[in-house]
Amino acid sequence: MYVHDAFDRTFLQERVAEFRDQVARRLSGALTEEEFKPLRLMNGVYLQLHAYMLRVCIPYGTLNSTQLKALARVARRYDRGYGHFTTRQNIQFNWIKLAELPDAMAELAEVGIHGIQTSGNCIRNTTTDAFAGAARDEIEDPRLYAEVIRQWSTLHPEFTYLPRKFKIAITAAKHDRAATRVHDVGLRLRQRDGHTGFEVMVGGGLGRTPFIGQTIRDFLPKEDLLSYLEAILRTYNLGGRRDNIYKARVKIQVHEMGPEAFAEKVEAEWQAIRDGALRLDETAISAIADRFVNPDLPPLADHPPELTAALAEPAFARWHANSVAPHKAAGHAIVTLSLKPVGGPPGDCTADQMDAIADLADRYAYGEIRVAHEQNLVFPHVRQKDLPALWKALDAIGVATPNVGLVTDIISCPGLDYCSLANTRSIPIAQKLTERFADDARIADIGRLHVNISGCINACGHHHIGHIGILGVEKKDEEFFQITLGGKGNSKARLGELIGPAIPESEIVDAVERLVETYLELRTSPQETFIAAVERLGIEPFKERAYAPR
Amino acid sequence: MPLVKSGTIIADPFTAVADDAPLPDGPTIVSAARLLANKEALFARNVALGVAWPNNRDVAELEPLLPRLALVALAFPKFRDGRAFSQARLLRERYGFTGELRATGNVLRDQLLMMARAGFDAFELEKAADAGTVHRALTSYSIFYQPTGDGRRTAAETRRAAKGRLA
Ligand code: HEM
Ligand code: SF4
Repeated sequence: MYVHDAFDRTFLQERVAEFRDQVARRLSGALTEEEFKPLRLMNGVYLQLHAYMLRVCIPYGTLNSTQLKALARVARRYDRGYGHFTTRQNIQFNWIKLAELPDAMAELAEVGIHGIQTSGNCIRNTTTDAFAGAARDEIEDPRLYAEVIRQWSTLHPEFTYLPRKFKIAITAAKHDRAATRVHDVGLRLRQRDGHTGFEVMVGGGLGRTPFIGQTIRDFLPKEDLLSYLEAILRTYNLGGRRDNIYKARVKIQVHEMGPEAFAEKVEAEWQAIRDGALRLDETAISAIADRFVNPDLPPLADHPPELTAALAEPAFARWHANSVAPHKAAGHAIVTLSLKPVGGPPGDCTADQMDAIADLADRYAYGEIRVAHEQNLVFPHVRQKDLPALWKALDAIGVATPNVGLVTDIISCPGLDYCSLANTRSIPIAQKLTERFADDARIADIGRLHVNISGCINACGHHHIGHIGILGVEKKDEEFFQITLGGKGNSKARLGELIGPAIPESEIVDAVERLVETYLELRTSPQETFIAAVERLGIEPFKERAYAPR
Repeated sequence: MPLVKSGTIIADPFTAVADDAPLPDGPTIVSAARLLANKEALFARNVALGVAWPNNRDVAELEPLLPRLALVALAFPKFRDGRAFSQARLLRERYGFTGELRATGNVLRDQLLMMARAGFDAFELEKAADAGTVHRALTSYSIFYQPTGDGRRTAAETRRAAKGRLA
């Protein structure tokens, strides 16, 4: 974990003081709502359907147990006893009062967390692999560079009033768990001739005009990371469109200029600044690396007897099969905590669960917790011999549903239950799907399948990259849903294909079930996943069945 | 619209003129178009000359003229439109402009510190009530994470210096 020091703490206190003053001016009328809006947005404060919403930044998804307890306190004291984890490794509180926001922020600042740049037209929280620092397939821990980017981008004086928001994601693993190709900038850590650097992708994004990011540099030496990012941001800040909010993301600029022309402009800008103050020499990098304190994992052997014995129990074995991932250190494992219970809103977590999870992290996971892009939590470092005891404890608090990576591990946006932009509800669709697919053995047989739901074209639920994507649209005041098939968010990212006209709310769960049944009938073997079958067969056979019995 | 320079309210010595208006005697601010069309005549007048540069025009065009300009005014038509932040840094850090860099338009106190960090040293405040708070706005933070041309030390540099002292 990155350990905050006096500088970071002073900075956060200054930030809270500034926001307290801004809230006071808003409440007194010195600031109009229009003037206050960008200021509150820069602190993660949205005005939603029912109340102000606070989005709290969890830098690159890493929390310690003390921080999780602080989130639990805020949920209890200022909200209605729960929080909502998002696909951007953040947490949202939906019911906070404006006058109390500064106090809630001050409490969070004490443990080094805040809402800075979780909204507004600035550089947002850099996201990364929830398994960072633990994954067997990673080259290096990407959080070091995420932290480098966090510091550089925090209140960047040049890039706080961009044409639109700007999201950076970074991965260092073979399997891209950070969906880097659908971010404004995606960074893929690479090694070349013993030197660390990045593949740089730009212009990805979903929303109403989805694009897959284009690689504009194959290998950027790590020393040049910040100067190159600054060159991209400057090119965007000066040249991105500001005439139309729907065309203001960098993806549109890249698309309209063409990736080659965009890359040339960036390159020219970069040549002018690359040897300047942003160059990351070894001292600069190691100064940040030194502030990461990683747990000392004891040397242990894989498959301890405690684990082998527990695997004889089918319920444990089922959970183990989808919730436990290999760790780079022998004798350890990565555990995903499912926030997708049957019938529950995806990503919600109560204050009591947060407290219990924090205690379990202290006991079994070196006090470290991650927020995953899939709206789950992760214990990155667990001793394999502790897995049976941990499983029982997680199950007792409702976060051991054995559905990680399966059809009911649904990513969903808040939709009409909270969001003022929504066309349709999305949480209730997710809840109904989890009820339809409540049988653990059945979903294990169906295997890996990502379902993503967005309540409108803004695509917060990433429906374009769901194996099954569900998008809420409104027709004559009724809720309808479009289905896309074959989307993927990993390194071979691809947008899903629309299967046909939108389906009314009352039929959407049946339609999804028919798609799944079609797959089960057509797969060559249980080893062929849903997405592989869609890729082999195309959408035709699925399309016919989705609409079949009328 | 109070003008604040180097932290204090001052009377504006410059007069901004419309393109078709006659030039006043004292220090003058002209539009980019007027400057580029009449530069020799304007510089020959031997009074301090400034230009109001639009935020959608490349400041590289200004580079050859900078040594003879006393002031560049950059525009924030809406505070949300942040192009002039980049223009300011380019003028200061790349093209070495040392004259007055003035922020004009929808300039509000909550943007001042960022403007100062980008290189602005004069602010035409939109709200008179903001004038008394400029000092506070400019000193509301002591920690800065990224280097710009304003010379403020970054958190990383301060950390390193502190370490050096201890060692
Ligand atoms: C309820 C409050 C929310 C509002 C008003 C909101 C609004 C928006 C809007 C307007 C966009 C599109 C921006 C653009 O393309 O320029 C967007 C994108 C996005 N939102 Fe939200 N959102 C909300 C909640 C969430 C939540 C809870 C999540 C996570 C589960 C989320 C994740 C995202 C993501 C990942 C994108 C980027 C999609 C892309 O790649 O373009 N949002 N949001
Ligand atoms: S996708 Fe639409 S409905 Fe869902 S949270 Fe985003 S803006 Fe709201």
